[in-house]
Amino acid sequence: MGTAPPVAEASGIVKQFDSTVALDDAHITIHQGQTHALVGRNGAGKSTLVSIMTGLQAPDRGAVAFSGRPAPRLADRDAWRRSVACVYQKSTIIPELTVAENLFLHRLDRGQLGLVRWNEVRRKSRDLLHKWSVDVDVRLPARELTIEQRQFVEIARALSFGARFIVLDEPTAQLDAAAISRLFTRIGDLQQQGVTFLFISHHLQEVYDICDTVTVFRDARHVLTAPVADLPRGELVAAMTGDAAEAGGRAPRRPPPAGAGRTLAVGSLTSAGSYQDVSFEVAAGEIVGLAGAAGSGRTEVAETVVGLRAADSGTVDVGGARPRPGSVPGTLAAGVGFVPQDRHHQGYVPHMSIADNGTLTVPRRLGPYGFINGRVREELARAAIDDLAIKTPGPDLPVAGLSGGNQQKVVMARALANDPRLLVLISPTAGVDVRSKEFLLHKVEQTAAGGTAVLLASDELDDLRVCDRVLVMVQGRVVAEMPRGWNDHELVAAMEGVDLDA
Amino acid sequence: MPDTVATGTHKDSAEPPRPAVSAERRIAFARLRDLALIPPIIVIAVVGQLVNSVFLQTDNIINVLQTMSEIAVLVLAETMVLIVKKMDLSLESTMGLAPGVAAWLTVPTGAGHGLGLLPGGWAVPVTLAVGLAIGAVNALFIINFGLNGFIVTLGMLIVLRGILTGISGGQTFFHLPGSMLYVGTTEWLGMPASVWVCLILFAIGIVVLGFTSFGRSLYAIGGNVDAAKAAGIRTDRVLWIVMVTAGGLAALSGLMLSGRLASVASAQGNGYIFTVFAAAVIGGISLNGGKGSVFGAFTGILLLYLIQNVLTLGGVPAQWIGALNGGIILIALALSRVTGGKIQE
Repeated sequence: MGTAPPVAEASGIVKQFDSTVALDDAHITIHQGQTHALVGRNGAGKSTLVSIMTGLQAPDRGAVAFSGRPAPRLADRDAWRRSVACVYQKSTIIPELTVAENLFLHRLDRGQLGLVRWNEVRRKSRDLLHKWSVDVDVRLPARELTIEQRQFVEIARALSFGARFIVLDEPTAQLDAAAISRLFTRIGDLQQQGVTFLFISHHLQEVYDICDTVTVFRDARHVLTAPVADLPRGELVAAMTGDAAEAGGRAPRRPPPAGAGRTLAVGSLTSAGSYQDVSFEVAAGEIVGLAGAAGSGRTEVAETVVGLRAADSGTVDVGGARPRPGSVPGTLAAGVGFVPQDRHHQGYVPHMSIADNGTLTVPRRLGPYGFINGRVREELARAAIDDLAIKTPGPDLPVAGLSGGNQQKVVMARALANDPRLLVLISPTAGVDVRSKEFLLHKVEQTAAGGTAVLLASDELDDLRVCDRVLVMVQGRVVAEMPRGWNDHELVAAMEGVDLDA
Repeated sequence: MPDTVATGTHKDSAEPPRPAVSAERRIAFARLRDLALIPPIIVIAVVGQLVNSVFLQTDNIINVLQTMSEIAVLVLAETMVLIVKKMDLSLESTMGLAPGVAAWLTVPTGAGHGLGLLPGGWAVPVTLAVGLAIGAVNALFIINFGLNGFIVTLGMLIVLRGILTGISGGQTFFHLPGSMLYVGTTEWLGMPASVWVCLILFAIGIVVLGFTSFGRSLYAIGGNVDAAKAAGIRTDRVLWIVMVTAGGLAALSGLMLSGRLASVASAQGNGYIFTVFAAAVIGGISLNGGKGSVFGAFTGILLLYLIQNVLTLGGVPAQWIGALNGGIILIALALSRVTGGKIQE
């Protein structure tokens, strides 16, 4: 890499949000012409580092430098854009405007009277896209582009500002295999033309495919930086997970009785863009994990099972019945209880009481003809509060007044209110304190012991540890099944899409 | 694989994302969307001519243009606001209050509720200043305090209407100063000045929104405000300018109406906002922001008034015009849903 100063360097970065430390004395150095990978599990601090290195946020401490010069002021967007560009997961293309206008947004060519010269804008856009070999008609509205074309347009726009250092934030998350290989070819070409990339990905295989250097972050800290070629996969995964092997502590669960009838059967479930050809069964009393990185399709499959979304094709069979696809009332009637992914979004109504929230799924039990018998509701709520050890002065408290862990218990109470034969949990312990987490997972085991089938979609290793077996999803497909007793490295490697033996 | 890169996606045999032929067609279609209402307008013109041969005579057309000129200016204002994904319901009250305040201050005492504090020459500047000030208040609430535009301007609509009723005692201001009557009564080159004003404002609107970077920033903000910020657009400032301009246009619209009617009724502008929204949406403006053109909005309001004119010429009793108008709006919305192909929200 010679003596030239690094294209980008961040050192001693500290960033804190309220009480959470997002980055703790983190550093990264990216040299000219590299394709540098930044990997780490959720919450490792990758996104925060990217937003600091692209000038969206200021670090609390530490400094960023480009080619040896200190980074510009935060307000000086133009200077930042000449140094670095980021293709975010969320597109910054405006769908209703044409490609040409998107490329030259806020710097359109103007003639006399300050009027926009559209012909000139289109000509320059064509030249720009031609220069970087992007074959897109500049007159098309941007919404007509495929995700892949949109990314190319964003890369071309970044290059047109003069930046030769580009951050790609999980660019492959929404692409299919053919598009990914085209993207990689493009990255390789640009690299030869002197463009440096910082590549963020959840799929470690991609790191081995296109990157030459990798930096690992874990728990807000820099763990290692090494040439990809010198780093065996096992070590990379170990660096990401840390010494997490100290799990233990929990008594092994009694395995479900052999020969128990199957409760859930999912057959060839396919939904374009989310998951393909997913099939599995869950027996009564069995806990099955659905693991996978963000965007792997695990959440979507679980949401299809509970009727929050409908698949394009395939079947969901609950206890011999086929609830109408995409209908939550249908699945509730079939005996499904579920804890949705985001409790704030789908889990509870914040201004309603614990009693109301906990009994939302069982209006029929509250009284005849749709009337609500206040006493019945209160009894049900009190039972749930005892059962789930919800810390509250009484069932009438609005759920918004509870702590995160107790809110999640209310959501759990709602899921269990109709004594489900199938319990589906999506990231059930996200944002929940350690004690509530233990409690909730124990409750899941208890419920399963009572003969309920459990499907648990999560990427948290602690959640998955209660499962009798874990199905691993990568890019919308079930790629592996691991029986109880897997070790963390294996599972993480499978979720990140690397083969440890390769 | 390397050779596929140079030629991009089209020659990629594996999975060409989109064929090139339809690209041309889709571009053409995107442009045609602006002109979507031209065929219905022609149909209405033909039908109108069959119903009554007066329809296409210059006098009748000018009459239609003059009747719609005031509300058309409101449509222009609302169009800008909708494109930046905001909403301004209070325009209809601004349209009444701005000339109302001017009349209150300039109409001599003794005649109704006038105070006679200012000479008549102040009426027009006062009207416009009140409109701009109302726009500034809306902007302050919506942009700086981050309140919901629908609710803020709904509140403003009620407050402003109430102020006008208060200062006028619920009555109508007559004996307006000459300067207030000018734009509503004068003719320039054989056409009423208000028609000229309306057409010129729309022409300016088409140029500004279509051909200036300020205008394009409106679309950027309405389409994706984060992306607009990332592109270096000072979004708050643009939004302020849009809200304040909308208030000013509404005041001008009120001035035109007061001039034509030589009075300011305490209910001036009452209920206009529904027609304004209908015209904008029929004209292709999205309530979700970032979509539509000023020309489209103009064809929207023109279509509504032409239909109304045909109905009047056809001898439809005046009592039924309201019901028919509502029906026409619904049909026009359904048609634009079919032609636009997307669900309106």
